Amino acid sequence: MSEFGLRLAISLTQIAAVMGIVVITVLLLTLAERKVLGWMQDRMGPMEVGPYGILQPFADAIKLFFKEDIVPAGANKFLFTMAPVLCLIPAFIGFAVIPWGPNWTLEIGGITVKPFVISDINIGILYILAFASIGAYGIILGGWASNSKYSLLGGLRSAAQIISYELNVGLSIIGVVILTGSLSLVTITDAQAGWFWNWFIFALPAPQIFVFVVYVISSVAETNRVPFDLPEAESELVAGFFTEYSGLRFAFFFLAEYANMVLVSCVAAALFLGGWNAPYPGTILELLGMPSLAWVENTMWFAAKTYSLLFLFFWLRATLPRLRYDQLMKFGWKVLLPIALANIVVTSIAVFIAQHMK
Amino acid sequence: MAYMFFGYFAGIIAITAILVVALRNPVYSALSLLVMFFHVAGLYITLHAEFLAAVQVIIYGGAILVLYLFVVMLLNVNRDDRYHSQWRVAAFVCIPLSIEFLVLLSGGIGSAHRAPASLSVEPYISNNTLAIGKMLFSTYLFPFEVASLILLVAMIGAIVLAKRDIGENNAKHMTRAPGAR
Repeated sequence: MSEFGLRLAISLTQIAAVMGIVVITVLLLTLAERKVLGWMQDRMGPMEVGPYGILQPFADAIKLFFKEDIVPAGANKFLFTMAPVLCLIPAFIGFAVIPWGPNWTLEIGGITVKPFVISDINIGILYILAFASIGAYGIILGGWASNSKYSLLGGLRSAAQIISYELNVGLSIIGVVILTGSLSLVTITDAQAGWFWNWFIFALPAPQIFVFVVYVISSVAETNRVPFDLPEAESELVAGFFTEYSGLRFAFFFLAEYANMVLVSCVAAALFLGGWNAPYPGTILELLGMPSLAWVENTMWFAAKTYSLLFLFFWLRATLPRLRYDQLMKFGWKVLLPIALANIVVTSIAVFIAQHMK
Repeated sequence: MAYMFFGYFAGIIAITAILVVALRNPVYSALSLLVMFFHVAGLYITLHAEFLAAVQVIIYGGAILVLYLFVVMLLNVNRDDRYHSQWRVAAFVCIPLSIEFLVLLSGGIGSAHRAPASLSVEPYISNNTLAIGKMLFSTYLFPFEVASLILLVAMIGAIVLAKRDIGENNAKHMTRAPGAR
C-alpha cells in the first residue's frame, strides 16, 4: 500500500507542478499581452502596479476575486454555474499528455518515474482533441444559460466556429501522424530528434509546413482570438457569450481562454517544431560534461518554442482586423479544409514512395 | 476492480439514458446524453479500446451533440408543445426491443462459455489503433466504403435541400429550380 501511496504522491506532485507552470504562464500572458499590444501600438501598456507594471496580473486577480457575483434574473442558475467550469476543466486536462522534456526515467524508492512525461497514453493527440471539443460546451451553455440575446448569439456563433475549425485542426495533425505512425505525443516528439530539418515542419519526405500554417490559423480560431474572435466581438455583441458573467466566473472563462492558447501552442511545438528537441543533435550542456543538466536545455527549448507561438497570437491581435462571419466560414471550409485534405493525400503518397525506395 | 468500474459506468449509462428521454428541458436532455457518451467512452477504456473512446468523445460528444444543442437553442422549443402521447409508436418500438432483450438474456448464458476466446485477442490490445485500422481496411473494407458512400449521399441530400429555396429565388425565370422535382 505504501508503494501505491508513493506513486500517488509522485503523480500528484507532477500534476501540481504542471498546473502551477500553466497558471503562472497564464498570469505572465495576461501581462505580456497588454505590454506587447502597448508596444506595438506605441503605448507603454500597464505601468501603475509595481515597477513597469509587472504586478498587474495580481491586481487583476484580486479585482476579479472581490467583484460581486451576479446571476442575471431569468438565467438558468445550474447551467450558468456549470458553464465556466465546463470551459476550464477541458482546457487544463489536456496538459496531461504533453511531453515537457526528455523521456527519462528516475528511480524514486523503487518506482520508476518519468519526470517530464505525466502520462504517455497511446492516443495522446486524440485525447487533446477530444477534450478540446468538450470545451465548446462551456461556451455554448454559458451563452444559453445567461438568458440574454447577445450571449446566445455569441454562444451559437462559437458553436459553429469551433466545429468548423476543429475539423481543420484534426485534419492538419493527420500528416504528422502518418509520418510517425503513432498518436502518442512522446513518440512523435522523439521521432524529431537531431538537426532542425528533422522537425516535421521541414522533414522529408513530406514537409508539413502548409498544414503547420493551417494548424496555427485554426487554433487561433478555436481559441476565439482575434482575428477570429466573433463569439465575443465587442463591437457587435457587447462581450459575446460571457456578457452576463462577472467576478470569479468571468475569471474562469478568461483563464480557460489563455490556458487553451498555451495548450494549442504546446501541441504545435510538440507536433511540428520538434517539441523539447534542440535544433541541433543532443545538447550543449551534455557536450560541456553536464549530462545530468541536459533536461534544463531541453525544457528551455520547449518553452522557447511555445512562447514564440504565443507571441504570434499577440502579434496577430495587434495587426489584423476581425473577419466577417461569412468570411470566417468561407475561409475555414473553402481554403483551409482543402489544403489539409490535399496534405493528407500528398503525405501518404510520399511516405509510401519513401518506404518502397528503401 | 474491473467489475467496480463496469458497474459504475453501466449504472451511470442506464440512468442518463433514461434521463435523456425523461427530462422535460431539451437542453438538459442533451447534457445527460453528453454524460452518457462520456461514460460509454469510459467503458471502451476499461476494454483497452482507447482509440474508440477518443473517437466516441470527439465525434458524438464534440460534433453531433453540439449540433443537436445548436438546433435546440436556435428553435427554443416550448416545453409543452412537444409532448403528446404516442402509445402506439411506443408499443411498436418497445415490444420488439423487449423481445430482443429477452432473447439476448437467455442466449447470454450460452455465450458465457465462449468468454475465454477473447484472450486470443490479447496481442492486439497493445496497439488498438493499428488493429482497428487493419480490420477496417481488410476484413471490413466493403461495409466501410458503403458507410462512407451513404454519408456522402446524405451530405449531398442536405445541400440540395438547403439550397432549394435560394435556387428558386435567384432564378425565377427558370421553369424549374435544379433539384426541386
